[in-house]
Amino acid sequence: MTLAAHLPALQVALPLAVAPICALLTWRSTAWAIATLTSWFCLAISVAMFIQVRDHGVFSYAMGGWSAPWGIEFRIDALNALMLLLVTAVNAVVISFARLSIQQEIEAWRAPMFYAAWLLCVAGLLGIAITGDAFNMFVFLEISSLASYILVSCGKDRRALVASYKYLIMGSIGATFFLIGVGLLYMVTGTLNLYDISARLPDADFSRPVLAAAGFITLGLALKFAMFPLHLWMPNAYTFAPHAVSALLAATSTKISIYVLLRFEFIVFQPNLDHHDIQFSSFMIPLSILAIFVGAIAAVYQGNIKRVLAYSSVGQIGYILLGVALLTTTGLTGGILHLFNHGLAKAVLFMAVGCLYFRYRTCKIDRLAGCGRDMPWTMAAFVVGGMSLIGVPFTAGFISKLYLVKGLLEQGALGIFLTILFLVGSLIAVIYIWRIIEVAYFRPRAEGVAPVKEAPLSLLVPTWGMALANIYFGIDPSLPLGLATQSAEQLILGKLL
Amino acid sequence: MTMDEYFVNPLVLAILVPLLGGIGVAICGRIPNLREAVTLGTSLVLAAVIWSLLPAVLAGETIEFIPPEMVEGIGFSLSLEPLGMIFALVASTLWVINSLYSIGYMRGNSEKHQTRFYICFAIAIASVMGIALAGNLLTLFFFYEALTLSTYPLVTHKGDAKAKAGGRIYIGILLTTSVAFLLPAIIWTWTATGTMAFVPGGILAGAVSGGAVGILLLLYMIGIGKAALMPVHFWLPAAMVAPTPVSALLHAVAVVKAGVFTVIKVVVYVFGVDFLAGEASASWLLYAAGFTIILASLIALRQDNLKRRLAFSTVSQLSYVILAVALFVPGGIIAAALHIVAHAVGKITLFFAAGSIYTASHKTEISQLDGIGRRMPVTMTAFAIGALAMIGLPLTSGFISKWYLVMGTLDRDSMFALMVIMASTLLNAAYFLPIIYRAFFRPPVVVKGETDDHGEAPWPIVLALVATASLTILIFFVHAPLLALAEALVKGGL
Repeated sequence: MTLAAHLPALQVALPLAVAPICALLTWRSTAWAIATLTSWFCLAISVAMFIQVRDHGVFSYAMGGWSAPWGIEFRIDALNALMLLLVTAVNAVVISFARLSIQQEIEAWRAPMFYAAWLLCVAGLLGIAITGDAFNMFVFLEISSLASYILVSCGKDRRALVASYKYLIMGSIGATFFLIGVGLLYMVTGTLNLYDISARLPDADFSRPVLAAAGFITLGLALKFAMFPLHLWMPNAYTFAPHAVSALLAATSTKISIYVLLRFEFIVFQPNLDHHDIQFSSFMIPLSILAIFVGAIAAVYQGNIKRVLAYSSVGQIGYILLGVALLTTTGLTGGILHLFNHGLAKAVLFMAVGCLYFRYRTCKIDRLAGCGRDMPWTMAAFVVGGMSLIGVPFTAGFISKLYLVKGLLEQGALGIFLTILFLVGSLIAVIYIWRIIEVAYFRPRAEGVAPVKEAPLSLLVPTWGMALANIYFGIDPSLPLGLATQSAEQLILGKLL
Repeated sequence: MTMDEYFVNPLVLAILVPLLGGIGVAICGRIPNLREAVTLGTSLVLAAVIWSLLPAVLAGETIEFIPPEMVEGIGFSLSLEPLGMIFALVASTLWVINSLYSIGYMRGNSEKHQTRFYICFAIAIASVMGIALAGNLLTLFFFYEALTLSTYPLVTHKGDAKAKAGGRIYIGILLTTSVAFLLPAIIWTWTATGTMAFVPGGILAGAVSGGAVGILLLLYMIGIGKAALMPVHFWLPAAMVAPTPVSALLHAVAVVKAGVFTVIKVVVYVFGVDFLAGEASASWLLYAAGFTIILASLIALRQDNLKRRLAFSTVSQLSYVILAVALFVPGGIIAAALHIVAHAVGKITLFFAAGSIYTASHKTEISQLDGIGRRMPVTMTAFAIGALAMIGLPLTSGFISKWYLVMGTLDRDSMFALMVIMASTLLNAAYFLPIIYRAFFRPPVVVKGETDDHGEAPWPIVLALVATASLTILIFFVHAPLLALAEALVKGGL
């Protein structure tokens, strides 16, 4: 067997193995260089696997040679490929960006361990995205969560510790719920492989534990992806985490949890529980609409630019869930595409904020007045990200919102009503982004703030790389759109089986 | 398609030229003379590019730029047809004159942030070109929003509380209406027909019917806030806090005309004139336009601030275009296309004159204008020509379009439209003629302690307003090419 056949294992094992090496180093630049190199390797691996999926369809990998359902199965289809691409690409760009930003925020002696935690977090996220085993998913979920508690607590502000602690409590409750759910499923079916569970459930004697499992898993994951009203940990965690960490977590971590929910819902629960599809959508639709509104309105009133973005994430997760909750191919396509596109938009926004902080040493919107003139390139990237977030044509966000609206309109009268709410929500997004743009470009510099220079190139280039990705996928969305459509079709098909 | 073709395409060039000009302005920002030379040069190049396309359009050729679609039925596309030609000609030609005027005005009033002003202006013109040349609804929507955003810094140019408040209303109304109404209308169209393209004869016939047509039309008409159909007109007076060159080009020519242009485009190329003529649920538009014409004129009558009066006159005149379109007959479409031009040259002259008065004497109210015609004979003569064009008297451009408008109402047999036009003509006369009377026939009022020894405004201003006033008259005599374009629109588009 050649190395190429082991790509799925390498995808996870590589960052996992490099992490301890990073922790043992004493020089932070070396640690950063190794972590960055690893990240780009991971991207290359996921691209290679994407090509394999595109050309030959779904393939699976038996971990350690133990075939499913006894061993752990890594199973890569369109949805996995898309998630892996999102995580590895965002991670590669953000970690390239991180060096100067982290240098400013974290003491030199802690940096190697920080990068080790970073790689562990990424390994966990990739593991979740690649595995087809329910318990394995839990393990990787915990790896990534524990690592991200560490990452958040590294913020310069001491409040980062409290934020991280809150995140830890909520995250642990979520993980416990998830584990209880998986345990119930194991109890009923005696297996942990997702597809195997699904295949055995029709023969199960009772359905009540399965329903309970659905409740526990949905709720546990909802805590992880900060669905309204379980989002309380998120604004503080994103606000006080180091900027590069905010960018990484906002773009990938919540998305991966939603991905897990999709897997469980469409493979395990909906095909095997009567009326569960109706339960799911009537539970999710009102909450997602509330999330859109609460998130967006709260974002309008924040004075800290990172808090604006964090609350905006609450709202954007509402959009994704709304699409998913429609349970149609179009809705799911829109939802999955929005997972990807919102990841891109949030990454560039948080990176731009990192650039601003690097010069201004503050995230308070009032203190950043006039930054558009001092840092034109940074703010231009921010504007691109903001446009994508709002969903302006020819940015990535437009395509996903278009599919979401199309999915809504397919629903008849209720759909029209939801479309109206959806668009009003988007309008509020215009307001909170515009507020920042107005301060940045049309207000004179705040008193006592010295003029600053543009951010250094090592920060700007990755930021702009991400900004251009937002434009590129708005003009030629065929790659994510193709994968999203394919995934949606597979999921819906799985539901019908 | 190779890289070359992307840039050689004249439609792409028309959008790129002002953008590149904007970058040039940014680079030369430190040297005012060079910066203004770049602005003027860019406007001349753009006008040359646009005019060079005229023969091909008159010959019935289609010029297109269509890169591969993004998603089925969705993509970026540019395509030149007669209506777009008319709009692009008006906007690019008047930009040349307006640039000249801007230089005189901005320097004469020692305005701040002049570099930002010229950059935003150039981006706004690029957006206007994008609107004029858009080949589908999505492209049009994109440039429509770009125009809103790029003109916001121009509207709030003064930067004081009043300018900011006006700017908020401006951007708030335009963005809200477009996102909340225009975008859903576009998506509805797309889901119903599977395309967003502008197709002669329309795409919606057969795809929607009955009351839905009226509702979709309502979404479009409210969504196109720039057309200032009541009740979404009030951004227009609010935007009058802008410096006069901005009001002149953007709010008498580019922005509002982008609105009515989009209205015509949607009616002709998305709905189809024949389709709407046969749908009873679409007939409300005629009454909404008629109502706006009369009410806006009545409000204009009560304004003492000169620019506000002009603003309400614009609201009223824009609805002439909508009224003409809403007749849903070929003659109406011709009238609508002509009125875009006729009103543009007349209204820009009026704004130029208002700015000229402000620059020379710092007067903004109509009640202050007694006897000003003696000190500023050229300005006020030009003003009078512009006013006559608004009323629609012979020897001015306004007469031509009004003539076709009346013909259109007779085609449709609409007594209502005819009555509205007649009443509105009288109202127009009632709010413009007194200004002319004041300026020329009342003795100047001398306020104690004020020296009133100004003459004409700086020469670039005077030159610009003489040019537009001459155009107003010239179009009366030489309107054959315009008419040819408008007829080509009707022939090819219906």
